[in-house]
Amino acid sequence: MTRSDIITHPLSRRQVLKGSAALGLGSAAAMGLSPAWANPWGRTNVYSKGVEEGPNVSLAIRRESIPINGKEARPISLNGTSPGPLIRLKEGQDAVLRVTNLLDEPTSIHWHGLILPPGMDGVPGVSFAGIEPGQTFTYRFPVRQNGTYWYHSHSGLQEQLGHAGPLIIDAAEREPFRYDREHVLLLTDWTFEEPMSVFRNLKTMEGYYNFQERTIADFFADIRQNGFAQTAEMRSMWAKMRMSSRDIADVTGSTYTYLLNGHSPEENWNALFKPGERVRLRVINGSAMSYFDVRIPGLKMTVVAADGQPVQPVPVDEFRIGVAETYDVVVAPEDDQAYTIFAESMDRSGYARATLAPREGMQAEIPKRRQIADRGMEAMGAHGMGGMGGMDHSGMSNMQGMDNANMEEMDHSSMSNMGGMDHSSMEGMDHSGMGGMASEQRKTRENGMLAAGEVQPGSRYGQAGIGIDPNERRVLVYRDLKSFTPWPDRREPGRELELHLTGNMERYMWSFDGQKFSEVSGPIHFEKDERLRLILINDTMMEHPIHLHGMWMELENGQGELIPRKHTLNVKPGERVSALITADAEGSWAFHCHLLYHMDAGMFRVVQVS
Amino acid sequence: MKIKRYVTLASAALGMTVATGSQAEDGYAAPDSWPAPTKEHNMGMALFDRLEYTVPDKGQDAVVWDFQGWYGGDINRVYLKSEGENVQGDGEDAEFESLELLYSRLVADFWELQGGIGYQGGVFSDDHAERTYGVLGLQGVIPYGIETDVAMQVSEDGDVAASFEGEYDLRLTQRLYLQPRTEIAVAASEVEEFGVGEGLNSVRAGLRLGYEVTRRFAPYIGAYWEKEYGDTADLSRASGDNTEDTGVVAGVKLMF
Repeated sequence: MTRSDIITHPLSRRQVLKGSAALGLGSAAAMGLSPAWANPWGRTNVYSKGVEEGPNVSLAIRRESIPINGKEARPISLNGTSPGPLIRLKEGQDAVLRVTNLLDEPTSIHWHGLILPPGMDGVPGVSFAGIEPGQTFTYRFPVRQNGTYWYHSHSGLQEQLGHAGPLIIDAAEREPFRYDREHVLLLTDWTFEEPMSVFRNLKTMEGYYNFQERTIADFFADIRQNGFAQTAEMRSMWAKMRMSSRDIADVTGSTYTYLLNGHSPEENWNALFKPGERVRLRVINGSAMSYFDVRIPGLKMTVVAADGQPVQPVPVDEFRIGVAETYDVVVAPEDDQAYTIFAESMDRSGYARATLAPREGMQAEIPKRRQIADRGMEAMGAHGMGGMGGMDHSGMSNMQGMDNANMEEMDHSSMSNMGGMDHSSMEGMDHSGMGGMASEQRKTRENGMLAAGEVQPGSRYGQAGIGIDPNERRVLVYRDLKSFTPWPDRREPGRELELHLTGNMERYMWSFDGQKFSEVSGPIHFEKDERLRLILINDTMMEHPIHLHGMWMELENGQGELIPRKHTLNVKPGERVSALITADAEGSWAFHCHLLYHMDAGMFRVVQVS
Repeated sequence: MKIKRYVTLASAALGMTVATGSQAEDGYAAPDSWPAPTKEHNMGMALFDRLEYTVPDKGQDAVVWDFQGWYGGDINRVYLKSEGENVQGDGEDAEFESLELLYSRLVADFWELQGGIGYQGGVFSDDHAERTYGVLGLQGVIPYGIETDVAMQVSEDGDVAASFEGEYDLRLTQRLYLQPRTEIAVAASEVEEFGVGEGLNSVRAGLRLGYEVTRRFAPYIGAYWEKEYGDTADLSRASGDNTEDTGVVAGVKLMF
């Protein structure tokens, strides 16, 4: 059956899709339609928030009462649902998206990850003026890519109110992997508080939402495990810095209800499959502030795409998805049983959950949440350890929460400011896993820059990040990502541009190079068509998902010609990450941290390509 | 009238705060009519760090407050701070030990430099001796997470004094905390009217056990010890007051 069969059906396609969603898969067959899984290309036939097929789509944006997790809520809706409907485009189409603002304040939609003309990018103040109340703005752009993306408001803090949705572009040519069925899994974080009060709480009291701070009990537990001297030393280092090692997430499950396709864990949204099928899960992190660790106990997941771009298959048990990233995974459940799709927030304060099941209404065991981790030396290193000369690491052999076995690629040369730190007394540390450190042979060019695709010293692409025990299960790391073919621009970078990710946690000020957006005097300039290397150095102790609009960032993760390209890069505390950029998109583009409140607090720049 | 001076200072400080909230819209090709992609927000908060009923061992019961509120941006803020008490059953009105209006500027990651004017005296009446003074202070967090407020006061008559306050929150559970705090007052000259002697005036140390029902509401109980020294103690003895006392308190921490 072809898609045109659906169109000739007396019901509108949307009604059919809604109907099949409501009645389950069997009813789709009963209505004279082949079940979607019969289509070898696969279809998302069940997306709980509706589907809008391109190329012509109309969206109406409202603030209305829609219950969330069974409680009264006032989210922003798109065509009556929050999060918004799935927008489905096809590569090669000319998309026409009419967006009508029925709010009482200006709004916008940014098509996250799409390469399009600058005026269609949807960032008020950078790409256009925004959409005033009562107005309709028509976005028109050629669709020149395929894969899993999403869209969201770029106005104020509206994204926190559910102004977001999935955007799927079907490929013009066959994708390099096969599947029988697909589901979209959109992760979001909902709060019943007004976003501006969340922001005010963050500004007025550090740790406002953190109810997993260290207590006196943790102190004594650490003494039992690691001895007094080591515990005291570790705690005193953190206390000196006036920071919390438990600062993993600014906004936590204490106010957030984590949603999957708009449904709370209790509501348990069902994604259906037939045993033996290969199911493609298009996972999108559309949350405002939350990183998730996603796994499906009992199933191996094969990562086939990252940020919409195909990657060579990586079988994993779990993957971390930063805010605004997307990952496509394929699972092949053989058994007639239910599986829990478990997306645990990085700080372990909550989780989103759905069930992958052969029939509606089933559920499987929900895994136990892990304990919150304590940040270790890598986060401290970010905070200028100049004053820590003479620090004795002898007692740090098994620092809790710090995984020494996983320290590959951590380049100690970048820790030169650790002055008199006594490395001779570090024998207790397990260096066995640090092979990559000394032996890393990096290709350097005549101009002193690393060759294209080489790993920057200070990167930690071999680590998944805080709170992940790599010995527990196979977790995706950035180093695993390998594209299928080299990207078109094979030039070496002509120059390097370094940007520091900076902040003041106490004041909740976030910035690039120490300057908030309100303090900078002009844009970052890219020369039209230049090839450059962007180096991001995280001087803070938080993760930052950095998003460049309008152009791809080719992540130099050591895969040589096959480095992956992404629209959003997660930069871990203290980490140094680099990406190659072809500045082929003339115009002004937003560049920012995709943690919503970080962006609003000033971690935002404009990139001008001219 | 002092109130008028406060208002003038407040509006001047507010003006500064608002003026610094301008946007960086220049430098790229955006029409003037377009909004800024992100906005700076001025905000404010008000905190009764202590609002408590004090039962001293020797002296009289009192209602004591320790308040601070601010409004502004990340760097520039206007603070209103006040400490005071209403001694129960003395037939007198409540007294501001201090009521200060300060301009505050972030000068380092953890430090705000604050300056402004202050008032000491009766809240509504002339029951208590009055004076105004200028304040220059530093408020912030020292390493090890101790919240501190150091300030120097110069009165209208040229009398110089200084104060130090420090407090620390020790987390027993996620909501239960133990808060040791201390206050030290010194003065460069004797001001008999206010019971201030030259040198070290007094030391006060307290310990409070609080429970955060929410981040904005935490009832607590506690105890304190205070002692006056040198000339200050002599002045108290002369007027028949105690120079050393202990007491228990029950109160609430409130944040708006």
